[in-house]
Order: sequence, then C-alpha cells, then structure tokens
Amino acid sequence: MSAGLFYALTGGLLFALGLAGLILRAHVLRKLLAFNILGSGAFLVLVGLGGRDGTPDPVTQAMVLTGIVVAVAATALGLALARRLLELTGDMALPGEAPHGDD
Amino acid sequence: MATTELADPIPWLVLLPLAWATAAFVLGPGRGGRLAVAGLAVQAALALALAAEVLEAGPRRYAVGGWAAPLGIELLADGLAAFMLATTAAVALPVAVYARGYFRAVSRSDAHPKGATWFWPLTGYLVAALDVLFLAADLFNLYVGLELLGLAAVGLTALTGERAAVAAALRYLLASLLGSGAYLMGVALVYGAYGTVSLATLAPLIEPLPAVALAAGLMAAGLALKTALFPLHFWLPPAHGGAASPVSALLSALVVKASFYLLLRLWFGIYAPLTTAAAAQLLGALGAAAVVWGSVQALRQERLKMLVAYSTVAQLGYLFLVFPLATGTGPAAAAAAWGGALLQVLAHGLAKAAMFAAAGAMVLAAGRDAVAGLGGVGARLPLSLFAFALAGVTLMGLPPSGGFTAKWLLLRAALASGQWWWAAVLVVGGLLAAAYVFRVLRQAFLPVEAASTGGVPRSLEFAALALALGGVLLGLFGERPLALLGVG
Repeated sequence: MSAGLFYALTGGLLFALGLAGLILRAHVLRKLLAFNILGSGAFLVLVGLGGRDGTPDPVTQAMVLTGIVVAVAATALGLALARRLLELTGDMALPGEAPHGDD
Repeated sequence: MATTELADPIPWLVLLPLAWATAAFVLGPGRGGRLAVAGLAVQAALALALAAEVLEAGPRRYAVGGWAAPLGIELLADGLAAFMLATTAAVALPVAVYARGYFRAVSRSDAHPKGATWFWPLTGYLVAALDVLFLAADLFNLYVGLELLGLAAVGLTALTGERAAVAAALRYLLASLLGSGAYLMGVALVYGAYGTVSLATLAPLIEPLPAVALAAGLMAAGLALKTALFPLHFWLPPAHGGAASPVSALLSALVVKASFYLLLRLWFGIYAPLTTAAAAQLLGALGAAAVVWGSVQALRQERLKMLVAYSTVAQLGYLFLVFPLATGTGPAAAAAAWGGALLQVLAHGLAKAAMFAAAGAMVLAAGRDAVAGLGGVGARLPLSLFAFALAGVTLMGLPPSGGFTAKWLLLRAALASGQWWWAAVLVVGGLLAAAYVFRVLRQAFLPVEAASTGGVPRSLEFAALALALGGVLLGLFGERPLALLGVG
C-alpha cells in the first residue's frame, strides 16, 4: 500500500469518527471538535490522493490551506455562539438534546 | 462582445457587495443601510446587464486577475448562473429597503434594538457569497462559496442575540458544516480520481467508478442537508422562524436555493453519467414528502413566522421534483421540468420574501408573533395583509402568478413523461398551501382582540407589496427568464 493511499484511508476513518461524534454527542464543544476531526479527515484524503508517485501536489496543499482557514473561522463562530448559549441557558447542549453533564 | 476589463459586470457582481459590506462594518453597528440599498440597486442593474449579454451572446467566462483556468480562478456566467444572479438581486434589493424601515421601527418600539447591529455587513457578505457560488466554475470554489454563505447566514440568524435565535443559529451552523464537510470529502475523492476540480475538464472524464459514485453520494447528501430536504429539514424552521424578519426573508428566499442550484448543476452536469432513475425517484419522493409534511406542520403552528418557515420546507419540496421529471425522460419533459423548477426558485424567492416581510410588519403591529394574535391586523395594515395574500396566491399556484406557471410546467413534465403520481403531489400541495394561507387571513380579518401598539413605517408595507407583486407578475412575463435558462 502506498503512503498516499494509507493517508487517504486514515482520512476516511477520521471522517467517519467525526461524523459519528457530530451526530451522537450532545455537548456543543464535543460537536465542534468532532467537526474539526471530520474536516481533518477530508483534508487528509485530499492530500493523500492528490500526490502522484510520492510527489506532493501543490494544488491540494493550497486547497487544504484554504480549507483550514474556513474551518478555523467556522470553529470560532461556533465557539462564540456556544459561549453565548452557555450565558443564556447555563448549558452547553442544544435545547431538546441530552441535558448537561451527560458525557 | 467588446467589453473592456473594467466595464465587465462579472467581477463587480462579487466585488461590489464585498466593498459596501466592509464599508458598513467600518462605519459601525447599525450603519450602512443607505450604502447597501445603493449598492444593491447597482447590483440589480449589473445582473440584468449580464443576463441580457448572456441571452444575446451566449455563456461568458472570466479569468480572475487575468490568470487563465488551470492556474487561476475562472468564473463562468451561463444562462443558469445569470438567472440565479438576477434572482438574488431582485429579492435582495426590496428586502434591503424593507430592512431599513424595519430596524428603524424596531429601535423606536424597543429600548434595546435587536438585530440591527451587524445586519448590513453580514448581508453584503451573504450576497457576495451567493454571487461567487453562482459564478464558480470549479468544485473547490463552489465549496468556498458554500462555506462563506453558511457562515454569513449563521451570523445573520444569531443577530437578535435571543436565546432561541442563538440555539437555532448553532444548530444551523452544525448542520451547515456537516453538509459542506460531506461535500468537501466528495471533492477530495473526485480530485483523487481525476486530478482536477474544473467542471469543464471533469465533464467528459466522469465514469461510474466506485470512488466517484461515493463522491457523488456524499455531495448529494451534504447538499440535501443544506437545502433542508425532508427529513433533513430539522434545522430550518427554528433558524428561519426565529431570526429577525428581514433575515428570515433572505434566508428563505435565497440561501437555501444556493445549495439546490449546486445540486442541480452537478446532477445534470458532471454527474449525468452516474445518475439513475432510482436515485431520481428517491429525491422526488423526499420532495413530495416535504410538500405534505411541511404544509401539515405549517397548518399546526401557533407562531406566524414558524408557519411561514414550515411553508418554506414544503415549497422546497417542489424543487426536487425536477430530478425524477428530467432524469432519463424525453427532451420535452426535461425542458418543462427544468423550467418549472427554476421558475419555482424565482417565484418562491419573491413570494416567500414578501410573506416574511409582511409577517414581520404584522408581528410588529400586533406586538407578538402569534397567529391567534393577528385579530384586527387586516384593518390596521391592509397593504401588508394584501401582500401576504398575494404571496399566498403564488405559493398556492393560482393563475396568473409565477407559482402557477412553475407548477403548470412541472405538471406538463409529469404528464409528458408518464409519471402522473407527481401531478398528484402538485394538487395536494396547492390545496394544503391554500389551507395555511387562509388560516392566517381568517385570523387577520377577525375584530381587534388585543391593544394595538401602533402602525409601522410605510416603506415596510410597500417593499413587501413590491416583492409579492413581482411573484404574481412573473406569471405574465415568465418567457424571458425561461429563455435565459436555455443558454449554455
């Protein structure tokens, strides 16, 4: 198995883990972390499949860099909203999901 | 077409909203409304100029910064893109006029004005993101546009800072990130298989490989989540129903259409060799379920804005009928289905913006957001109620509205392709829409039951009326937008 394929498969695994965390966990901070794991999985697939014969592809590097900027911005917005939710409700879970202190 | 570099409308469609949004941000909280209205008026003129150009001379390409496609970013304006750009401008301009009056009225009636603070910068970024998405010619730029759009939309949802709005915004953000994450995974797989993200280069290359099929599935699922296709619509009603009314209008009329546009473009574009009748029937069935479920939920809502938000879930369902009606059917049926779905995008965009605008005015006048509290509104705000009813005519699909033409085209496609069961969806959906619209009208004509809190500025009512009239008149002047769709 080539290194690129190994990265891609690991990326697929991370994506699945992040997906499960995003859906199953109630705590907002865990959801945001899960989103970052999911995103890293997609980036790893992009970089892993992008390289040809061991040479990294500059286009995928540029795309992942853009993706990281977007993910950081999204995480910051999510954290700001989560803090506001905590101030207003005293809870880090979305209404209707599991109550605080579950996991 | 001998347009010089500076006079070309394509880059300005993206740069102009970015410029006034940033200027509005620098001016400070709540400022920049006049700038935004002026910017959007120019935007509308540019979008119409581009549409006329595309109609006359065919699709246009634009290399950003003079760097051609493989190295630089290429923008593409074909008929579909020009149609969506014009739709965006046509909805955003009246909503901006409405928003100026709305936030003035809110700050008069409330010591702590909610929602006005960063509305204008975020709206500018939202419009820029929409335009970049419609003009993008490669999968990765589409991803960036999708994310920018999601972030601006979430920021707008949270503007009022109230408990329900913040929770709705957070839920919206997580759903939106999951959707675009799945889309990005699809992009990674496609790039891995073909080494390019350009739609034009990919179109002849795509074959039904397992990795590409997985990519197509991930992208379709992510975009369905972002378009709030039943049963992935859970995030939409609280976000659209809980935001400030001008925000609700923008979100319901434009934002959800952007991910639908992308799904449409990919399904009938690069993924055409992969699409199957079974997958198309599944999307159509989910759309049909959305029409019924959304309408029934709308009938049961206590709050007026939640009723209008569930109506969006229902109306989005019609859009998905294009997949069974135009996949593997004859050219006549496909053309009718395609025209019907996009006319529904425009008609619903105008009508739903009008409906949220009118609902916002009625909620302001009644002092609370409840269907039961609307008594007497008919006498106090006749123009708003008239706008609400006219928008209802478009949503029900009665002639001569744009909604009627859209549903008529979908009906013709259903009969021409021998799929009569989709025609039943159109009939049932129209009847259910009539039921929830008349539920609101009946309440509004009842005598006053609560103490009134005064009127609303006239600009609110006229903006809502202009949008509603646009939706109705579209039925009479629908040929030119439809002709545009045939280009490219």
